[in-house]
Amino acid sequence: MFKYLKQLTSLVAMVAVLFTFTTETMAAKKSKTLKNTIKKGFVMCGVSQGLAGFSNVDAAGNWEGMDVDVCRAVAAAVLGDSNKVKFTGLSAKERFTALNAGQVDVLSRNTTWTLTRDADLNLTFVGVNFYDGQGFMVRKDSGMKSTADFKSGMAVCTNIGTTTELNLADFMASKGLEYKLVGFEKADEARDTYGAGRCDAYTTDKSGLAAQRTVLANPDDHIILPDTISKEPLGPVVRQGDSVWEDIVRWSLNVMIEAEEYGVTSANADMMKTSKNPTVLKIVGVEGGMGEKLGLDNDWSLRIIKQVGNYGESYKRNIQDTGILPGSRGPNALWTNGGILYVPPLR
Amino acid sequence: MKKIIPQLLTLILIFLIIGFFTFNANVNMSNRGMEFGYSFLKRAASFDIQFSLIEYSRESTYARAYLVGLLNTLLVAFSGIIFATFLGLFFGIARLSPNFLINRFAGFYVEFFRNLPLLLQLFFWYYAALRVLPLPHETEGFNNFYLTIKSLYTPSLVWQNLNIFLYLLIFAILLVFIVKNYLKKIQEKEGRQYPIVYISILILIIIPSLSLIFGISTFEVEYPVYKQLSKSSGTFIGGLAIPPEFISLFLALSLYTGTFIAENVRAGIEGINKGQKEAAASIGLNRKQILNLVVLPQALRIIIPPTTNQYLNLTKNSSLAAAIAYPDVVLVFAGTALMQTGRAIEIVSITMFTYLSISLSISIFMNYYNKKFSLTEK
Repeated sequence: MFKYLKQLTSLVAMVAVLFTFTTETMAAKKSKTLKNTIKKGFVMCGVSQGLAGFSNVDAAGNWEGMDVDVCRAVAAAVLGDSNKVKFTGLSAKERFTALNAGQVDVLSRNTTWTLTRDADLNLTFVGVNFYDGQGFMVRKDSGMKSTADFKSGMAVCTNIGTTTELNLADFMASKGLEYKLVGFEKADEARDTYGAGRCDAYTTDKSGLAAQRTVLANPDDHIILPDTISKEPLGPVVRQGDSVWEDIVRWSLNVMIEAEEYGVTSANADMMKTSKNPTVLKIVGVEGGMGEKLGLDNDWSLRIIKQVGNYGESYKRNIQDTGILPGSRGPNALWTNGGILYVPPLR
Repeated sequence: MKKIIPQLLTLILIFLIIGFFTFNANVNMSNRGMEFGYSFLKRAASFDIQFSLIEYSRESTYARAYLVGLLNTLLVAFSGIIFATFLGLFFGIARLSPNFLINRFAGFYVEFFRNLPLLLQLFFWYYAALRVLPLPHETEGFNNFYLTIKSLYTPSLVWQNLNIFLYLLIFAILLVFIVKNYLKKIQEKEGRQYPIVYISILILIIIPSLSLIFGISTFEVEYPVYKQLSKSSGTFIGGLAIPPEFISLFLALSLYTGTFIAENVRAGIEGINKGQKEAAASIGLNRKQILNLVVLPQALRIIIPPTTNQYLNLTKNSSLAAAIAYPDVVLVFAGTALMQTGRAIEIVSITMFTYLSISLSISIFMNYYNKKFSLTEK
């Protein structure tokens, strides 16, 4: 029975492939997702249900944040308007299923890039838009200065189903500490439960800790320990098997970082068209025909920079000016400024 | 023939529908390069679970994690059913009390807890009621019981050779059944009555405690001891720690379901004709005999079927655990494990099958119990 089903399936797939080959034009020919996006007129984007600095709804009802900006960049590149995005708030549990089932086409939801997710879940991570690491928040009056002060028997609040939970298990096992995991599906429940005193520590990515700390009843009563117990490269994800769409999302992100490196901002982008630097000319779409190579028009990158801004502008607007991490950018500074933000050349 | 054709057509239709969904899932999964299979159950789960009735660590398999979740579900469902039945019996009878205060109090309990959504009650217990409890270092405790925001810490028993004690207990239970049947036969033959209840209790106490008297099984009481974790926080080590997640789920489930059982009990008792009691009294039965031999057997016939439904509801409602971090099968398996593996179809199907099995087991047991009390017409 299943044997025949498989054969029938491959037959259906072959017919479908033949059909797509014969009917469609250049770029859209190769990308079902691109074709559908143009037809619908908006980019279907999966974000978190609310994480300050990454994806959050402001008072006016608009989505804002670092992760939101990635989808806005894709919309600006593909559809010409950064507002043509349909955002879907997804829980950690729903996110991969939603992407696999086609409910969203880009998943930009502070998602850590791991081997298991990349290979086993049929997803493709296109890049990193935030380098994060897992940390701990504790009460200031506890006197704890680092994770070396942790003792067996403590209770730790966190979110379940994320890499956070696995890192925590690994970390505590490596230190030989016994602990009680109090795991919630939603971040705000975990945070409030920690705040009430049920847990001695709250753990998640450090950017998340910083964002959640601002929402706690008395933010000054809590400190984030200096230790970082994991690497958390957060980035946008697409379905495996549509390499044209994958390239579009990847380079929409890359061009924002490249633009910062070469000093192209939303304010000066139009003026940069007369620049003498060939790379800058490629970034603003005057030279090189980069857009055509992606199956888009050549103004794609100019629109991203003018409508969304470069990476630095996005970071300043969402992370620094909101008071989440007002200080230095740490690893998220450009490689030329001592960070690790380094993207392949736009060439 | 006329009867077979429609049945055959229905059967074919059912097969077609199942076939369509299987085919559909198969095509779509292979289109997305997804595989179907249960082999992930053998992989290491690599996450921790708050509390577990069996040995579990991060090196255990997903199958083991499933078992931990299942046992936690059964634990809260079982204890919830017992307490809800107790509440239901108490308040159901109290509602018929001629005492104004008791009667109104029972009425208030039923109307209040029955008419609020269960999830809201659960949130009340977890996020409101249990949040105002003191921190471990702030509490004095009561006879070595410490009720804190982190857990309820109680003394526990540490057993030596517990298994011998348990074997004797099982033996005692079997013996009770045999003795009961034997005494009933004597009663039917000779008309003599024995105090069966007292004899049973005596057997249940004496036989297991033989192992304690002869020192084969021993137990010590372990008390929770305070341990400082940092300048401002502490915990208790040793003894038994009952987490607030369990307490709130247990309270919400049993208080809510108890109201429905109370109404069933009231309906059962009120459903019996006054003439039955009067007739029983007129043939010389005393009050206890009237209750045991006339009223209760008939009332139970009315009470059991709807109460079975309430037991099933309580068990299924226990899946609300996911909202308050109680590690039941939904949170651990259909939550964490699903997210870590991405095997949605496999995990959801196992979870559905699990609840179906639990519910059917309860139904079968209650149907058997119901049959015992049903009218046998001659």
